[in-house]
Amino acid sequence: MRFELNGKHVDVRAHAMKRLLDVLREDCGLTGTKEGCGEGECGACTVLLDGQAVNACLVPFGQVRGRAVKTIEGLRGRHPLQQTFITEGGAQCGFCTPGMIMAAAALPKNATLEDVRVGLAGNICRCTGYSGIYRAIEAARQKAEGGKAAGGTTKAGLPRRSPKGEGGKSARGRRA
Amino acid sequence: MGNHSRSVMPVVGRSLPRRDGTDKVTGAAKYIDDLVFPGMIHGRTIRSTIPCGRIRSVNLLFDTTGFTIVDHHDVPGRNIVALIADDQPCLAERVVRHFAEPIVLIAHEDRERLLTAEVDVEYEASEPVFDPLESPKVFKAIGINKGSIDAGFARADEIVEGEYRVGHQEHAYIETNGVIAVPEHGGVTVYGSLQCPYYVQKALRVVLGLPAEKTRVVQAETGGGFGGKEEYPSIIAAHACLLAMKSGRPVKMIYDRAEDMVATTKRHPGIIRTRTGVTRDGRLTAIDVDVVLDGGAYMTLSHVVLSRGVIHATGPYRCDNVRVNGRVVMTNTPPNGAFRGFGAPQTQFAAEVHMERIAERLGMDPVKLREINALRAGDTTATGQILGRDTSALKVLREAVARTDFRRRRRELRGTNRGLGLALFFHGAGFTGAGEVKLASKASLELTEQGARVLVASTEIGQGARTVLAQIVAETLGVPYEAVEVARADTARVPDSGPTVASRTSMVVGGLLQRCAVEMKQTLGRLSPREYLRRHGPLVVTKEYEAPTATAFDEETYRGDAYGTYAWACDVAEVEFDPVTWEVRPIHVTAVQEIGKALNPMLVAGQIEGGTAQGLGYALLEDVVMRDGRMANAQLTNYIVPTTMDTPTIDVVIVEKAYRHGPFGAKGVGELPFDGAAPAIANAVRHLGFDVRALPLTPERVMNAPQIAGAGR
Repeated sequence: MRFELNGKHVDVRAHAMKRLLDVLREDCGLTGTKEGCGEGECGACTVLLDGQAVNACLVPFGQVRGRAVKTIEGLRGRHPLQQTFITEGGAQCGFCTPGMIMAAAALPKNATLEDVRVGLAGNICRCTGYSGIYRAIEAARQKAEGGKAAGGTTKAGLPRRSPKGEGGKSARGRRA
Repeated sequence: MGNHSRSVMPVVGRSLPRRDGTDKVTGAAKYIDDLVFPGMIHGRTIRSTIPCGRIRSVNLLFDTTGFTIVDHHDVPGRNIVALIADDQPCLAERVVRHFAEPIVLIAHEDRERLLTAEVDVEYEASEPVFDPLESPKVFKAIGINKGSIDAGFARADEIVEGEYRVGHQEHAYIETNGVIAVPEHGGVTVYGSLQCPYYVQKALRVVLGLPAEKTRVVQAETGGGFGGKEEYPSIIAAHACLLAMKSGRPVKMIYDRAEDMVATTKRHPGIIRTRTGVTRDGRLTAIDVDVVLDGGAYMTLSHVVLSRGVIHATGPYRCDNVRVNGRVVMTNTPPNGAFRGFGAPQTQFAAEVHMERIAERLGMDPVKLREINALRAGDTTATGQILGRDTSALKVLREAVARTDFRRRRRELRGTNRGLGLALFFHGAGFTGAGEVKLASKASLELTEQGARVLVASTEIGQGARTVLAQIVAETLGVPYEAVEVARADTARVPDSGPTVASRTSMVVGGLLQRCAVEMKQTLGRLSPREYLRRHGPLVVTKEYEAPTATAFDEETYRGDAYGTYAWACDVAEVEFDPVTWEVRPIHVTAVQEIGKALNPMLVAGQIEGGTAQGLGYALLEDVVMRDGRMANAQLTNYIVPTTMDTPTIDVVIVEKAYRHGPFGAKGVGELPFDGAAPAIANAVRHLGFDVRALPLTPERVMNAPQIAGAGR
């Protein structure tokens, strides 16, 4: 079956009812897309189908004929989110991370915190409490807007970037 | 070492990016299901479908051609899962004691054939026990006694009593349990999603009857643990090994979500009854607590969970007269086990809701009541431990109250659909009692051309172990952060630095590595690592745990220093109540947490935010429905963990107060944040006027709760 995978035209032989998730992992060798629940609840298998975030565990392979699929590998490590998920603590165990980044990449550029919450509601992270993910998304947006200084209230009301702690001796409370 | 190689920037205390970050954000990180071995087949577990009874017969209703089939007769060593007690079989023989108990293992290269293979097990069912209060079997009982409980009650003006109940909780790590067993060199190598490689190795040696060098355990990248991959991987690893050794082929076993939820461990449910004597002016004169934990069908780690539970049962409060009686009992449900907090969340939920009720009874400001009774430096805990200068209960309480303008906000919210509550709590860091001494953990540091390589069995499970341990070594050795490597946790290559549990990795293992680095630095003298290696050859420094002080703890009497130190915290939660649906939603949480020293503030904040969010799930959403001993909602569709829509903004305030025996002053941080969220939420709900004393605080529980006189909307 022909479709576009990460910007390249490919022809993959697999059963039309095989889950896109398994085709990606087993037939295409792209194991960045993860299975967390297999029932469309956790979002770990989120990929972009014609630019829209979908759960690859719920998409039969037959549905991708002639369409464009983008996985975490398709970002080639160059998407701003991939950097800010590291610098802002958006990834811990990392298992939800590929799906989370794909879902975040599909958000509109000027998303408010509420938009981000709704947009990521189908992606469960059990490690971060989502705060680091929001910071990562905000930092990536600031980067895209030309690297504005960190801190201060953001236009969209997203959480401020975490300060780079410098390990002072202060025993006073410090916001992180 | 020459000054030229000294890093200019300090390494410890900085929010350096995590070591494994790049691989995780690009999808390159290899988790267990991403690995494939030549000739690999897939394994599956046939489990009991009743909670209690005898196995009459096992009938294979499929064409067995090409299948590998294993039952208890195939166990070459002892058929037990070696941990604390030898009570749990690796594969059931004649009896089953819980639903989903493993009986037969089958493996095949074709997953479709494997999954459709039918096995019929006939049973002679017997009467199960589900109510822990009716249990005929006590796994472990522990008593703590301090002062005279009778004299304490005699001095009280008021006595406040109550019963508090908490349910199971599922870890819901996003990566389910999984391993691959590869037969090689007359033994077996296990790759797996796991927290404790040496726990797995110990279990394999017993089940397989093989020496350590024939049972190699290697951690794959691990998609979350939270305690759920502390002891359970020993079972799935043993199963995969049995299939691998019988078939002679690599065997992959990955649980799907439903299997992971019905079969693997959960947080212990508990029933906690508290009776407290207090003077009219708010001083606690007696605390009497009875703790019952539901252990499930086998002991697993229940003994130690109970131990931590009873030690934390008074909350962070001073009282001269304390009696805590705890027991963990058998029920015919899947065994409960380690889960972040490890007994302390259960008992501190009760302690903090009870404290709120005392304040209500006395008509006293809840902050003032806590200020009067909060443990201070020089005070003694329930076990008689004299607290050191890093005792920060008052400090975190006052910081949280000031930052949230707690009293004014409480007044403001009266009569609205919002409530504000707080919880003051603590968490002992490291193994309980003599645990660390018995463990005698070892860590090694190996000199490399650029700097050093950390050799420990402590695993990276998302918490940032690789990063923080490298920071400690780089700072101590005086080399750049990038010059320190961290070896994969592989029993063939690293010493046993103990399990990755109990908030001990940074504090205890980090402390060992700091000592290694100090010695390595002295050994190097003025030589650079490269020069040293050329002149003198390889250098490996190994250090073993030494108790920092006379931390004598008597496990018979439960007297003495229960932990090296404690971390302290106060959470303030604001909630909103929906009068139509009776739902309670968290609006905002402030988490003020004293953790000694933030070795990496970004990672510390991640622990506090994530631990708090898990605690909010425990408080409000996560309801394991047990029906006839079986989890009835074993899927993420109806076992609800917090999503973005359920998780409020969490303000993290890190307070530092150095622990003198921790590396750079650090204490454990992994578990502390979990303990406070549920009581803070429950107390916010009390502020709304609902007397709820059980978790989770579902709409049904809130709807059926008695109104608190003089409180609420």
